[in-house]
Amino acid sequence: MKYIDEYRDGRLAKLIADRIAALADAARSYCLMEFCGGHTHAISRYGLEDLLPANVRMIHGPGCPVCVLPIGRIDAAIALAARPEITLCTYGDLMRVPGTNRSSLLEAKAAGADVRVVYSTLDALRVAETEPEREVVFFAIGFETTTPPTALALKTAIAKGLGNFSVFCNHVVTPAAMHHILESPPVRKLGSIKIDGFIGPAHVSAVIGTKPYELFAEKYCKPVVVAGFEPLDVVQAILMLVRQINDGRHVVENQYIRAVTRHGNDKAQAEVANFFELRESFEWRGLGELPLSGLRLRPQYAAYDAEKRFSMMTPRGKDNPACECGAILRGAKQPAECKLFGAVCTPDTPMGSCMVSSEGACAAQWIYGRFREKAPQANATRVVT
Amino acid sequence: MNMMTDAYKRKLDLAEGRVDLSHGAGGRAMRQLIEGIFHEAFDNEWLRAANDQSAFAVSGGRMVMSTDGYVVSPLFFPGGNIGSLAVHGTINDIAMAAARPLYLSASFIIEEGFPLADLKRIADSMGVASREAAVPIITGDTKVVERGNADGVFISTAGVGRVLDGLDLRADAARPRDAVILSGSIGDHGVAVMSNRENLQFDAAIVSDSAPLHTLVAMMAEAGGRHIRLMRDPTRGGIAATLNEIASQSKVGFHIDEEAIPIKPEVAAVCELLGLDPLNVANEGKLVAVTAPEGAEAILAAMRAHPLGREAALIGHVVADDYCFVQMSTSFGGRRIVDWLTGEQLPRIC
Repeated sequence: MKYIDEYRDGRLAKLIADRIAALADAARSYCLMEFCGGHTHAISRYGLEDLLPANVRMIHGPGCPVCVLPIGRIDAAIALAARPEITLCTYGDLMRVPGTNRSSLLEAKAAGADVRVVYSTLDALRVAETEPEREVVFFAIGFETTTPPTALALKTAIAKGLGNFSVFCNHVVTPAAMHHILESPPVRKLGSIKIDGFIGPAHVSAVIGTKPYELFAEKYCKPVVVAGFEPLDVVQAILMLVRQINDGRHVVENQYIRAVTRHGNDKAQAEVANFFELRESFEWRGLGELPLSGLRLRPQYAAYDAEKRFSMMTPRGKDNPACECGAILRGAKQPAECKLFGAVCTPDTPMGSCMVSSEGACAAQWIYGRFREKAPQANATRVVT
Repeated sequence: MNMMTDAYKRKLDLAEGRVDLSHGAGGRAMRQLIEGIFHEAFDNEWLRAANDQSAFAVSGGRMVMSTDGYVVSPLFFPGGNIGSLAVHGTINDIAMAAARPLYLSASFIIEEGFPLADLKRIADSMGVASREAAVPIITGDTKVVERGNADGVFISTAGVGRVLDGLDLRADAARPRDAVILSGSIGDHGVAVMSNRENLQFDAAIVSDSAPLHTLVAMMAEAGGRHIRLMRDPTRGGIAATLNEIASQSKVGFHIDEEAIPIKPEVAAVCELLGLDPLNVANEGKLVAVTAPEGAEAILAAMRAHPLGREAALIGHVVADDYCFVQMSTSFGGRRIVDWLTGEQLPRIC
C-alpha cells in the first residue's frame, strides 16, 4: 500500500526505538500524553509500548470523540430517533454507545427506530434527497477533523433546498480539552500527574494547523509534537519529544509535514466558521462542563439545527459513580486501576466512556494489551450496578 | 421432468416475473416454481423421484451433519452469490470435521415480489457449485413470505458427510507446541461483500474467496491426517474469532505472527480505509488447522499443492495459557492481543 507501508516499516521503527533508548536519560522519566484516540489505537494495535524503554511512559488522553460524548446527548439522540417521522443518520461508532440504563442506538433500532449507519455526511444528505417524506437528522460528532464535512453537508443541503435535513451538533474543539487537562488541580497544583509533553493529533492540525498549540507549549512549558497516526509517526514523535525534553525546550514541532502546516486549511476553517459558533459551555463525558469547548450552529441556520427544529431536550445523564473515566482521561489513572475494568466494564458491556469506542484508553487496553495485566477478569472485584 | 398438467396455463416468466404468494401456497404455482427453477438447476436422481425427502445409503463409519442459514446482503457480490455461498458454506462445515460431504438439502424463504430471474440465477449457481463439488442437493423446501417480511431471499442448507477413516477432530484437541496453519489470504470475502454494498464501490476488483474446501481437506488428511488436531473455517468474525474460540475450547493460548498472515494488498487497503481489522473480517474459502508439530510441514506442503491452499502459511503455534489469550507479534516487534470482535464490526469515525 503506497503511502501506508512506508510508515509501517518495522526495521526502521526498531532503529528509532533504539535511538529513543539511547537518548532517554536513565535518571529521569518521560511521561508523554498522546491526546488523540487514534494514537492510543496505534500504540496498542502495534504493541509500540514494547519498543520503548521503561522510563518512557505513554499516557492516554481524552481525544476520542465517542468517549467524550456525554450520556445526556446519547439519551437525546435516542429520544429523537424514537420519533416516527425521523430518520437518524449516524457514524457506526455511535451505535453501541450506552446512554442512561445502558440503552443505545443499536437497541433503539431493534425496537423500531429508523437509525441508519452512514459513512459520510454526504450519505446522510443522500437519504434526505431520496426520501423527502422523512425528517433526516445527522448525528454529528467529532473534533476539528469531522467538523468541515458537517459544514459541507449543511452548505450542500442549503444549495439543494433540502428542507428535511438537519444536524444534531456535538462537535468539540481540541485546544479546550488540552487546556482543561493542564489547568486541572491534579496537574497544576498537586503535581500528582506528570505530563512532560504531548503528541498532538495530526488530522485535527490538518484543519486548524499547529499554531493553536503554541500557547500550550509556551504557557505550560510543555513540548508538543503534532504527529500522524501510523506507528512510525508515533515512534518518531516520541523521539522528537524526548529530544525536546532533554534539551529543556518546549515548542510545537510538526512531525506530520506531509499534510500539516502552521496555519492549517483556510478553506475548511472558513466553512466551519460560517456555520458554527462556540457554545459557552459543553459537557464532556468524564471531564464535565468545559467552557468554550463545543460548537453549535449559528442562529441564522436554526432551521437546520435539530436541537431547535425538534425542541430537543438534552437531559443530564448519570455515569456509574465507580467509573474512573474522568481520572483516566486526565492521565491520573491507568485503565486497570479502575475497579470496573474487566469486571463489569468490557467492550461488550461498556460502563464508562473510555471503554465505549475502540479508540478509548480502556477499550484499547482491554482489546490489545490486557495480557500485560494478566487477565484482570480473574482478580477483579464484581461490582453491582 | 414436467409434472405439470396441461390445464395449468400460466407460464413461469423467468425474465420479468416475480415471486408471489401463490408460489408458496402449496398449489400448482409452487410446484411450477420448484420444478422450473430448483429441480432444473439442481437436477439429480433424488430430486427426480420428487418425494418430500430423499433416501440414501449409509456406509460404515462416523457421520457428521451440519446446517446453516444464509442471509447475506447484497445477494450478489463479486465472486459469488447467496446460492453458491450456501453450498460452499455447508460443505465446509462438514469438511472441517475431516469428513467427505455426501448430500445437501436446501430451504428457501423468499420475499413476495422477488424477481424470478434473480431466483433462477441463484439456483443455477447452487447447481453449478454442488455439481463442481460433487455434493448433490437432494431435498429442499420453499416458503414465500409477504413483502417486507424478508430481505429478498434467505437460504438454509444442511449437509451430511462421512468422516475420513482414522480421523477424529475435536474442538478441545489443541495442545501447546502445536502448529497453526492458515490456508490462504484473509478478508477477501468480507471485503468483496462490503465493497458491493451501496455507496461503497471501490476501484479494486476484490473477489470473494467462497469455495468448497473438502478436496483440500482430503489432501491434508492424506499427507498427515493423524497429526491434524482440529480445523475451522474462519467465516464470520474472521480468524480472530476462530482462534479465540479454539483457545477457549482447548484451554490454551496462541502466539501468532502478523507478518506470516497472508493478506492481499487491496484487501488490506480497503480495511485501512474503513478502519476494519482484517483479522475480524469474514472468509468463506479458507481454513485454519491446528496440527501436531511433527506433522505440520507435510500438511503444509500438501496444502500448497492444492489450488485452494497455494498461499498456505504457518502463522504461529499453540502455547500453554490459563487465560486463553491469542497474542500476536506485530510487524513492529511489539505484542498485542487479538480479541473477539465486539458486536458488529463498524467503521471508525476517524
